[in-house]
Amino acid sequence: MSVLLNKDSRVIFQGFTGQHATFHAEEAMKIGTKVVGGVTPGKGGTQHLGLPVFDTVEEAVQATGADVSGIFAPPPFAADAIMEAIDAGIKTIVVIADGIPVQDMVRVERYRLGTNSIIIGPNTPGIITPGVGKVGIMPSHIYSPGRIGIVSRSGTLNYEAVAQMSDLGLGQSSSIGIGGDPVNGTDFATVLKAFEDDPDTDAVLMIGEIGGPQEVEAARWAKKNMRKPLIGYVAGLSAPPGRRMGHAGAIISSESDTATAKIDMMEALGMFVVRNPADIGATVLRAIKS
Amino acid sequence: MNIHEYQTKDLLKHYGVPVPPGRVVHTDAQAATVAEEIGGSRWVVKAQIHSGGRGKAGGVRVGNSIDEVRVIADEIIGTNLVTHQTGAEGRLVRRVLVEQASNIVREYYVGLIIDRATRRITLVASAEGGVEIEVVAKQTPERIIREIIDPAVGLLDFQCRKVAYKVGLKGALLPQAVKVMKGLYRCMRDNDAIMAEINPLAIVDNGQLLALDAKMTFDDNALYRRPTISELRDFDEEDSKEVEATGHGLNYIALDGDVGCIVNGAGLAMATMDAITLHGGRPANFLDVGGGATPEKVANAFRIVLQDPAVKIILINIFAGINRCDWIATGIIQAMRDQNIQMPIIVRLAGTNVEEGRTILSTSKFPFIIASNLNDAAAKAVTEVNNIVQKVVPLKKEHS
Repeated sequence: MSVLLNKDSRVIFQGFTGQHATFHAEEAMKIGTKVVGGVTPGKGGTQHLGLPVFDTVEEAVQATGADVSGIFAPPPFAADAIMEAIDAGIKTIVVIADGIPVQDMVRVERYRLGTNSIIIGPNTPGIITPGVGKVGIMPSHIYSPGRIGIVSRSGTLNYEAVAQMSDLGLGQSSSIGIGGDPVNGTDFATVLKAFEDDPDTDAVLMIGEIGGPQEVEAARWAKKNMRKPLIGYVAGLSAPPGRRMGHAGAIISSESDTATAKIDMMEALGMFVVRNPADIGATVLRAIKS
Repeated sequence: MNIHEYQTKDLLKHYGVPVPPGRVVHTDAQAATVAEEIGGSRWVVKAQIHSGGRGKAGGVRVGNSIDEVRVIADEIIGTNLVTHQTGAEGRLVRRVLVEQASNIVREYYVGLIIDRATRRITLVASAEGGVEIEVVAKQTPERIIREIIDPAVGLLDFQCRKVAYKVGLKGALLPQAVKVMKGLYRCMRDNDAIMAEINPLAIVDNGQLLALDAKMTFDDNALYRRPTISELRDFDEEDSKEVEATGHGLNYIALDGDVGCIVNGAGLAMATMDAITLHGGRPANFLDVGGGATPEKVANAFRIVLQDPAVKIILINIFAGINRCDWIATGIIQAMRDQNIQMPIIVRLAGTNVEEGRTILSTSKFPFIIASNLNDAAAKAVTEVNNIVQKVVPLKKEHS
């Protein structure tokens, strides 16, 4: 899928020399991701993993032509790092950090207005295009090239879905985690549109969870605009109201936030819905055969 | 993180929001002293617990004399207040807020939320004060007024005037309403709150606006930079198992079933609970061990899950990405040995180092029930727990 991560993407990592970024940059390079360098303020001019380190994102972009950045800065510094990437003209910004203050993301989203940057996350496992590369923390060995697009709020539930699909011989065109926070950069509908326009994708699996309106908004968008089959699951059928279920954004604040309400709406809007999380793979298979 | 009403009112006062004169006390004697100090002829005594619906539960009462205030405070302090939010066991009242009672002319609602769709803080107001905003939103959505706030410039005076005018706060009340709304916004913004509401905001008989009740929720992820807010945390209001879990880097939420759950990732943890429920079982908890879980962390997860006496079996569901199945398995063995666990343990492992993990389990002396996938795990868990429930013969009948 060409809009977010393709064979021409040139990737940098912010917070490059840190332990997590180092590990995940190496993992990304192992599967062929075109990593061109990284940024760690104060370490500019040095080399890391055989690649140049820069003090600022602007410098990195000028020297390497980077257009994708994986942000591994810790939560208190992540908002600044994201805005630096936007300022430098990075097109796809993947934010791994879990725990960014929500008002920081409100400001980041305001700053992004009018630019061409797309923010994936925060609190996301990232993006993977099997056979091309990844920017994120997902275990790449479980994914395989194929023609199903996946978009999810949760990381591990994404892996679960991939495993069920693999058992049935289904691979992925791309898998994108939009993250588990209440305010995120890219919503479901935006990613659905990218998959709808992608010639390498035949059907899309959307994995949501309790809290917020975006699953239903995406289903409404899809009913009007999408021709490819769309399969949906919403986690948290058994979650009690008013409790934050691990993800900052996974909380039932009103009736429309519940898994049942969302699934019912998605079904009414013509989607293929999965009620039992063990049936995700089978439902995808049924959808593409229909 | 939630705080008490008296703490919210103290904060709001700093931001220019008018609140009734009052103070929090821990004893009935203090209540009488405070009532005398703040003066007036009627006082309201309010139980301070983290729950809505305190009034209906008898936790908010009016005293018409100092003696009455003393008696009411004595009755409320030390009781278990049961509201629609506390569950049947209720919540122990440790302190009450004593305030001058107001003669209410009219009540309004003013709140701020972070709206997910617009990704902005949104001012919400309604002429239906004293009613939960969710109820108004459901029954008379047209009576809710919204104004979206641009974070670059903050809440503007004209936006407050628009909202105030639409809910009917006109004339001399207009500038007062602007002051209240802007104060509430600044308080939310400067302290990293994710929700702030005044309900009711009342016009009282001297023509002034007064915040009679207020609630704020703060962003756990921003507490690191809000030390004065962090200090307001009241651990007595939180589940001790959840507090302990947080200390171990685990995310735990107690539920009312009997199948203990240990899972990695919030989404998979919810899906695991869902699968158990769909098979006719009842999860005892939500637990996310997170990424990079060490054997010690897994052992701690067992300890916390087993503090719940209702737990009859444990289901472990791990799909390792940045986790390692061998570490998880080592942690399971450590827990079985050190905590002398006798109940059935169902384990589903997948992902990174799964073969090593399975070998560690199968070469141990413990009789784990191994599941091949999510469906299998949920089915086996429910079968096991049903076997246990059927075997239990009641020793004596409970007297009713």
